[in-house]
Amino acid sequence: MTNLWTDIRSADLVIVMGGNAAEAHPCGFKWVTRAKAERGAKLIVVDPRFTRTAAVADYYAPIRPGTDIAFLSGLIKYCIDNGKVQWDYVKPFTNAALIVKEGYGFKDGLFTGYDPAKRTYDRSSWAYEIGPDGYVKVDETLAHPRCVWNLLKEHVAAFTPEMVERICGTPKDKFLHIAAMVGEMSAPNKTMTSMYALGWTQHSYGSQNIRTMAMLQLILGNVGLRGGGVNALRGHSNIQGLTDIGLMSELIPGYLNMPHDNEPDLATYLKTRTFKPLRPNQISYWQNYPKFMVSFLKAMWGDAATKENDYHYDWIPKLDKPMYDMLLAFEMMAHGEMNGYVCQGFNPLLSISNRAKATAGLSKLKFLVVMDPLDTETANFWANHGDFNNVDPTKIQTEVIQLPTTCFAEDEGSLTNSGRWLQWHWAGADPPGQAKGDRWIMAQIHLRMKALYQKEGGKLPEPILNLDWRYKDPGNPTPDELAREMNGSALADVKDPTDKKKVLVPQGKQLPSFAFLRDDGSTACACWIYSGCYPEAGNAMARRDNTDVGDAGLFPKWAFSWPVNRRILYNRASCDLTGKPWDPTRKIIEWNGTMWTGYDVPDMLPTAKPETVMPFIMVPEGVGRLWVAGLMADGPFPSHYEPFESPVANVVAPAVHGNPAARVFAGDLKDMGDAKQYPIVGTSYRLTEHFHFWTKHNRVNAALQPEFFVELSEQLAKAKGIANGSWVRVWSKRGSIKAVACVTKRIKPMTIDGKTVHMVGVPLHWGFMGVARKGFGPNSLTPVVGDANTNTPEFKAFLLDIEPSTPPSV
Amino acid sequence: MASRAMNVVRTSATSTANAQVTFHDEVVKLIDVSKCIGCKACQTACLEWNDQVLDIGEFTGSYQVPSDLTPSMFTLMRFNEWENPKTGELEWLIRKDGCMHCADPGCLAACPAPGAIVQYDNGIVDFVAENCIGCGYCVKGCPFNIPRISAEPAKAHKCTLCSDRVAVGEGPACAKACPTEAIVFGTKPDMLKHAAGRLTDLKSRGFDNAGLYNPDGVSGTHVMYVLPHADQPELYSDLPRDPRISPWVRTWKGATKTYTSLAAMAVFVVGAFVHHVGTGANRVSSEDEEKGRRVIEGRD
Repeated sequence: MTNLWTDIRSADLVIVMGGNAAEAHPCGFKWVTRAKAERGAKLIVVDPRFTRTAAVADYYAPIRPGTDIAFLSGLIKYCIDNGKVQWDYVKPFTNAALIVKEGYGFKDGLFTGYDPAKRTYDRSSWAYEIGPDGYVKVDETLAHPRCVWNLLKEHVAAFTPEMVERICGTPKDKFLHIAAMVGEMSAPNKTMTSMYALGWTQHSYGSQNIRTMAMLQLILGNVGLRGGGVNALRGHSNIQGLTDIGLMSELIPGYLNMPHDNEPDLATYLKTRTFKPLRPNQISYWQNYPKFMVSFLKAMWGDAATKENDYHYDWIPKLDKPMYDMLLAFEMMAHGEMNGYVCQGFNPLLSISNRAKATAGLSKLKFLVVMDPLDTETANFWANHGDFNNVDPTKIQTEVIQLPTTCFAEDEGSLTNSGRWLQWHWAGADPPGQAKGDRWIMAQIHLRMKALYQKEGGKLPEPILNLDWRYKDPGNPTPDELAREMNGSALADVKDPTDKKKVLVPQGKQLPSFAFLRDDGSTACACWIYSGCYPEAGNAMARRDNTDVGDAGLFPKWAFSWPVNRRILYNRASCDLTGKPWDPTRKIIEWNGTMWTGYDVPDMLPTAKPETVMPFIMVPEGVGRLWVAGLMADGPFPSHYEPFESPVANVVAPAVHGNPAARVFAGDLKDMGDAKQYPIVGTSYRLTEHFHFWTKHNRVNAALQPEFFVELSEQLAKAKGIANGSWVRVWSKRGSIKAVACVTKRIKPMTIDGKTVHMVGVPLHWGFMGVARKGFGPNSLTPVVGDANTNTPEFKAFLLDIEPSTPPSV
Repeated sequence: MASRAMNVVRTSATSTANAQVTFHDEVVKLIDVSKCIGCKACQTACLEWNDQVLDIGEFTGSYQVPSDLTPSMFTLMRFNEWENPKTGELEWLIRKDGCMHCADPGCLAACPAPGAIVQYDNGIVDFVAENCIGCGYCVKGCPFNIPRISAEPAKAHKCTLCSDRVAVGEGPACAKACPTEAIVFGTKPDMLKHAAGRLTDLKSRGFDNAGLYNPDGVSGTHVMYVLPHADQPELYSDLPRDPRISPWVRTWKGATKTYTSLAAMAVFVVGAFVHHVGTGANRVSSEDEEKGRRVIEGRD
């Protein structure tokens, strides 16, 4: 989230699209009901189904799964065409006026630089025009044909309300109704908040779905303001923490990048990441990257990491591919290229696309380690459960080792919520049986591996032998010790760069924030963005003062919000160019003539003059990006593509069906179905009664939503002869499942490009373990393809068929 | 709310059963249908607070699970998909069903077992299991079809409005668990004021017929609904438009006020006692016995 849960109460308009907040985030949804009840805010829901969120919405419109970019591009076009642009924000605070280099272009669904053989772009033409002064050229009149604003107008020109209806199936009048409501939010004193979740991420262009909304919010002047922003509703109480700590193959903590194998030394690695400002006077905060990286290396290897040995950058693994995501891991398993798998708090048998491929991959492993508080389907993938897991155990030789772990309530530590709050919690119960904490397990593995390396040697033992492991009990580091390490400390006196006699942080002390990090080895910090969470004064994450300072809904004394306890990112943009709040009744900060003051930690140097330093301090331009230079794999602008499996052609670019930059493995491409054989759109989602695959193990949750079902319209049910509550079979190119039919008015057939398109909804929470009735999940049906940037699988739009059936055999 | 002793003002099958009562510090649970997302947190909290266990059933074609109130499920989210003919738009009307805690409780009036149903001076109507004979008359007496009779032992069950929590100054478990503040609990004046604010908001959003459901036929209730379509309460899974205690309960209630009915009352009390020691059937009158059986067997 750019903002925070409690801030949603300050919105004038809430748009829930690409998510179902009431269903999947009922507790956070409280702030939507507060906004409605206390501010008179309106709620818009755009969703393929009439959801629980739609049940309390002021306005609902249907949309075909996977067509959000077309819908949002239509909203952007509407705002541009109808003067619903907050120009006083857009002109200074976005890159609308920046000029793009000649040679960049977009035609027939492709950007310049595409290589169809590799399915990737050469992004070198996606660049700004740089002037003789070394900065990007600007045309503040917006007259230049290659200024971002004009390129944007051209890029969205096709998305008229008629085109939106044709692609998305959203009736034109409903689209225009929503466009009018959204357009009103371009007033300086009105804000819209966007709440999205996996309905946007789980597409082969998921990142671009989100970018389109970010662009719309910039045009409306809603980023950085109370009640505004682009807000990801994370699907787990600590999934924000997972990404922050970099539990992904291409990241290291704090969104630093895992090095690639063409970056052999630290200087080469840092060269492409230490972004210099692209406009005069801008902060371009990533210029501090070397401080973050060196402090991370010091946290890893302590005294062994020195300036002379490049802080042992050589001990960090180097990627030979963009990432080793889970789709790639299971592809490698299927080809026998990955022989062991440690599965910690993850149930891939039900979570990864194409369950048949997952079963085949797991069956080829030599060993599978499952660390989980529950007896998961993955740990039991080899066991026959009738139709629900139809495998032959005698043919599976994988050795499965289950390590029962504690669950969150049995341990201490911090959880990072969607709003970036690190909230400390304490153990509420003792773990049952032989369950052990994940930290104990990981520490034991480390110590035993280290002992083996010491005894037997081996290839490159140094990173493990030298890992800085100075915990009171090396066999079980405490959450407190780890939190202090993430915050960072001074390894030597940290001195004021302008006055070397002045010691800012004495040796051995906790750092107050990442502003004190150094690139000379004098500081260690395991996760720079978390610095400040555990300063010398104590654990800030454990703070429990819920004072609502300034009645601003920010609660700055509650827990700790990264970065530096800032609650609203880009909050400098909540003020106009001179530093006055756009809406004085919703002040966050303001310029008092000499510095920035207010209720939140300013997202700006405290004394930076408002008219020279622009609000988006993390990017080299200093301004919000309506067009983004080389960063995205699939283009500087979001463009409409069809899901890999879709019922219609791509009407705006018939030659390019799916995202051309999405990675697809050859075997999986053959496993894609077409609309002739599989004419119905499938989509997947969660239900409020359950949490992922956990709560089917809980009797109360299982009783309140006991059995797997699929949802379909009355019209489709009639056409197929399916009665409500009867058994159906649902199949795709990759698998077949059985479910009870839920025939509902909440799903309606849609007219797409003149053709009637039906949809079947497949919820996610059932498997063959636990106390709920045995069932299936959508992953038996879904294709193996991910977002071009993140490889998040395309779970939200695929093709299937359905027929009346009989109950499955148990 | 402060904790406070709750005094019994009415007791079933005693002289106070039909007495005029004066409430003190009346409480109200207000359910704002327009804020309800149907998440079933209230059902979960109800099961957990009351230590009830539900069977793992089947999916029967609706999110409404279980499909009806049961002896262990005292509250239930009822779901209705309704296409509004005026707007042509679908509305998913979700109502949390459960005991309404009527000011004039039909269950209590109908109950033949002394002390099995009591009403407290704050308005809460509670079942007292040790006095309950499981006859099912309360079901017949209830205009909202709320109580459910367990098989073994045969006892009537329904929402207690968490009388045990309210007695120590806590709100009901469902209100505490409700994530969207659709269920709120407090003094009657506070809740009426809160409801008025909600109605102003709903009317500003075009719900011209929004209203508070607090029906006169039972002299008002201590569970009230804010309804966007208060002119059509039956849209909300058959919420009765004008709930009243059925005439046969009224006749009984009238009769007990007369001198000549004392004999009948005596028969009734004996009957209740006999039932209590285990003969199984009621000995009130053959007609009432038949009615009770029909109710228990779910044929009415």
